[in-house]
Amino acid sequence: MSQWLPLLILATSLVPALLTFFLDQDQHRLRNTLNLGGALAKLGLVVYLLVDVAQGTFHEVRFDLLPGQFLLLRVDALALLFLALSALLWLLTTIYAIAYFDRKPNLSRFFGFFGLCVFATTGIALAGSLLTFFVFYELLTLSTWPLVVHKQNPESMAAGRTYLRYALPSSTVLLLAILWLQNLAGPIEFTGGPDLAGQDPDTLRVIFVLFVIGLGMKAAVVPLHGWLPAAMAAPAPVSALLHAVAVVKAGAFGFVRVIHDVFGIEQVTALGLGMPLAVLASITIIYGSLKALGQQGIKRRLAYSTVSQVSYILLGAALAGPFALIGGLAHLVHQGLMKITLFFCAGIYDERAGIRRIDQLDGIGARMPWTSVCFSLGALGMIGLPPMAGFVTKIYLGIGGLEVGAPWVIGVLGASTLLNAAYFLPLLYRIWFVESASGDRPGERPLGIVAPAVLTGLAAIAVGLFAGSAVSPLAWASLIVERTYSP
Amino acid sequence: MSPALLALVLTLPLLGALGAVAVGRHGGPVAVAAALATLAAALWLAVRVATDGAVSIAVGHWTPPLGIRLTADGPAVLFLATTAVIMTAVVLYAVHWITGPKAGADRDGPMVHTFWALLLLLWGALNVIFVSRDLFNLYVGLELASLAAVALVGIEGRRETLAAALRYLLFALTGSLLYLLGAALLYSAHGTLDLGLLAGQLGRHPSDLLALAAMTAGLAAKTALFPFHVWLPPAHAGAPPAASAVLSALVPKASLYILLRLWFDAEPDGAGPVGPLLLGGLGAAAVLHGSLMALRQQRLKLIIAYSTVAQLGYLFLVFPLVAAAGALDPAGGDAAWRGTLFQALSHALAKAAMFLCAGLIIEAAGHDRLERLAGTARALPITLFAFGLAAISLMGLPPSGGFVAKLLLIEAAFERGAAAWALVVLLGGLLAAAYLFRPLAAAWRSPDGDAPGFAPVARRRQALPMALALAALGLGLFSAGPAELMGGLP
Repeated sequence: MSQWLPLLILATSLVPALLTFFLDQDQHRLRNTLNLGGALAKLGLVVYLLVDVAQGTFHEVRFDLLPGQFLLLRVDALALLFLALSALLWLLTTIYAIAYFDRKPNLSRFFGFFGLCVFATTGIALAGSLLTFFVFYELLTLSTWPLVVHKQNPESMAAGRTYLRYALPSSTVLLLAILWLQNLAGPIEFTGGPDLAGQDPDTLRVIFVLFVIGLGMKAAVVPLHGWLPAAMAAPAPVSALLHAVAVVKAGAFGFVRVIHDVFGIEQVTALGLGMPLAVLASITIIYGSLKALGQQGIKRRLAYSTVSQVSYILLGAALAGPFALIGGLAHLVHQGLMKITLFFCAGIYDERAGIRRIDQLDGIGARMPWTSVCFSLGALGMIGLPPMAGFVTKIYLGIGGLEVGAPWVIGVLGASTLLNAAYFLPLLYRIWFVESASGDRPGERPLGIVAPAVLTGLAAIAVGLFAGSAVSPLAWASLIVERTYSP
Repeated sequence: MSPALLALVLTLPLLGALGAVAVGRHGGPVAVAAALATLAAALWLAVRVATDGAVSIAVGHWTPPLGIRLTADGPAVLFLATTAVIMTAVVLYAVHWITGPKAGADRDGPMVHTFWALLLLLWGALNVIFVSRDLFNLYVGLELASLAAVALVGIEGRRETLAAALRYLLFALTGSLLYLLGAALLYSAHGTLDLGLLAGQLGRHPSDLLALAAMTAGLAAKTALFPFHVWLPPAHAGAPPAASAVLSALVPKASLYILLRLWFDAEPDGAGPVGPLLLGGLGAAAVLHGSLMALRQQRLKLIIAYSTVAQLGYLFLVFPLVAAAGALDPAGGDAAWRGTLFQALSHALAKAAMFLCAGLIIEAAGHDRLERLAGTARALPITLFAFGLAAISLMGLPPSGGFVAKLLLIEAAFERGAAAWALVVLLGGLLAAAYLFRPLAAAWRSPDGDAPGFAPVARRRQALPMALALAALGLGLFSAGPAELMGGLP
């Protein structure tokens, strides 16, 4: 066990971020080296830890804040699932962002806050207690705002305002929930969890509802999802990070922690809270898909698709059964890979061909083949076409639903799949089968913006195709669930 | 060794004030020297007290009740050190502001002759308050601090600031009179003014309740507790930014400090449940009213000034959180006590940082009207970042001193089973986010085509508010040490 590893992992994002703030705009080489170096170092550490934790080791560091209050960082299997996703996608998004922004203004500011955002996400993954989780959760809110309003135009300023209007009240509710629960049960660590037996069930229910409100905003649960489509005003790398790794995932990850490591499955089931939450997740899944159908902007359609897809994770956690949880956890990674591919591609379409609306996509497949293939991979994965990533998730969620006696989950998954197809297939049809009005071929350059999309697209196939192998996200999710159910 | 350090902390600012008067308009270097020396002594003293415990001096070797004892305990050194940090930053900021090329004042006007002496005098008076336990000694310190503060508000001699200073003077003098009345009643009843000797005695004499009420009302007026806050926004927004930083960050804390000592050191008996509830209720009203007023202001300095009204409101929640039915109940009050001190200290650091930021923005842009601040983020990135960090502490977001304060106050509210106070704290944080977001967003916007330019501001001056804002964050991140110094409810 080492105290230094969690701190070192945090430092790989924090140190480059802080140094980046002090760089001048035209120190491109130094800035890029710093950020890529940090991302690579982090990925290396995560790979080392994956091997370590698979063998059953834990790493933790504790830091006293006040009498009775402390910050705790802990590397466990669930933390690593989220950490591995963020480390990998951070590296690819950094490469993408460097190529995407090229020589645009305010880059030191951008990459500084970008690094802080990843630092906060890392902290959320490593948080070993509710208070620690909250500290990084709030830091994530704060470091994301400058990214959302990066363009500094009225549209992005409005998006930033909307974001904070949702984020700050909901995290206030989260703080209330945490402190209330701490008042009942003392500081709450994720290992073992607090002893809630003997507490008033109604009080616990109210606290749980407060948690749902506090975390539901970031996870974009209906009706707290309104900020997400608005945040599309941000530059493409930010959207990619927000949707696949950082903000929405922080919310979903928080749900998994609260349901499984704070309240515990038995307590959630005994209080009768799992099923209502699963229903809320299902409503979000269907509602997000229906809204996606009506969007004409590519990024807005993708945004509503995120609203829908993130609730798969929530559904998996709320059903409170092993199979469902495996499906939900695997989807944390699967959705990240697929959605980041789609956003990378949407960014390339916009940047190279000026395409933002769906009706502009006609015939782009022949003109921008690499981007279009990747986009199609992401979309088909989302629909759940076998053997892609989304398919694996849906199978596990479906079995999980049957397992806990909720066969209606199958219906929700079926309806969602049909809706996914309904809002993604017309795009693919336009891309590949409609004649383009113009014949010019926008260059798919530089390599830095296309290569990350190709890599994540391939990864989205691989995690589905090799889901049965020992190193897949699914296998890791199974490991987590095994440890949860047989302590 | 430690008593000598305490003596230095108390005398150096006053010696500096004398020196500044002696050298006339070249007071800057004297003030810088005095500030740095006091800062070093105050920090060293804090370290000594943290390791060895409280330090006392019996002035002239006479012990109470005949003489006066000055004691630097944990809370006292925290206030001394915080004051020293803020004052040093303000002095370093003001050196350039008074003598720089775009100086705010006439080079030979009354400003350059009096500013340093007043600032250092104020500092000396604050330090005396923090270590005194004698009600009359506290009165002298309070009166000295108030007069210096009033003079600093009107120092530029403009018509509207003079009006603000006069109004401030009226409230300050009324407050002092009420306080003096209470002190006189206590002396006639108990024959001593030493808080330590009064402990356990208060409430035995029929006039004690009146005395306590008069002193509390007087001190609350000086702390700008709602509805006695009307003097504060024009005074703090009208004073020169260097003075505003000190006035808003430190001066109201001095009267609050005396109030806390009076209530929790002397432990008045029979204060009844009404008094604490009333103070807490007015505090909550201050949080709401100050925040809503801050939301409606169009000038940066007014927003910051109304924010002070709101932030001071939290400091009064300690009374209902500690007092239980009819008497002060120390059990479970530790969280409330520490939370209040954390709030006082972190607000001081963050608020001073904000006023210095506002000063730099005014120097660069020539005004502080929100609608014309677009482009500030690009012209003064460090200043704006510092403003943002200070805002985080005022909103009570992690990892700041303000967050720790909020955490402790909410914890105390839950322990007391009075969740309504927790809701006040949480709502206040949200409102703070709302009113502080406006200047941040205004400064972040890209300027329109023909926006006026910004005068350059040296990076090392922008580093001053940054240092204060980082100190406010550090107070939260490294809160274990300060929390230990605060101790529990006395």
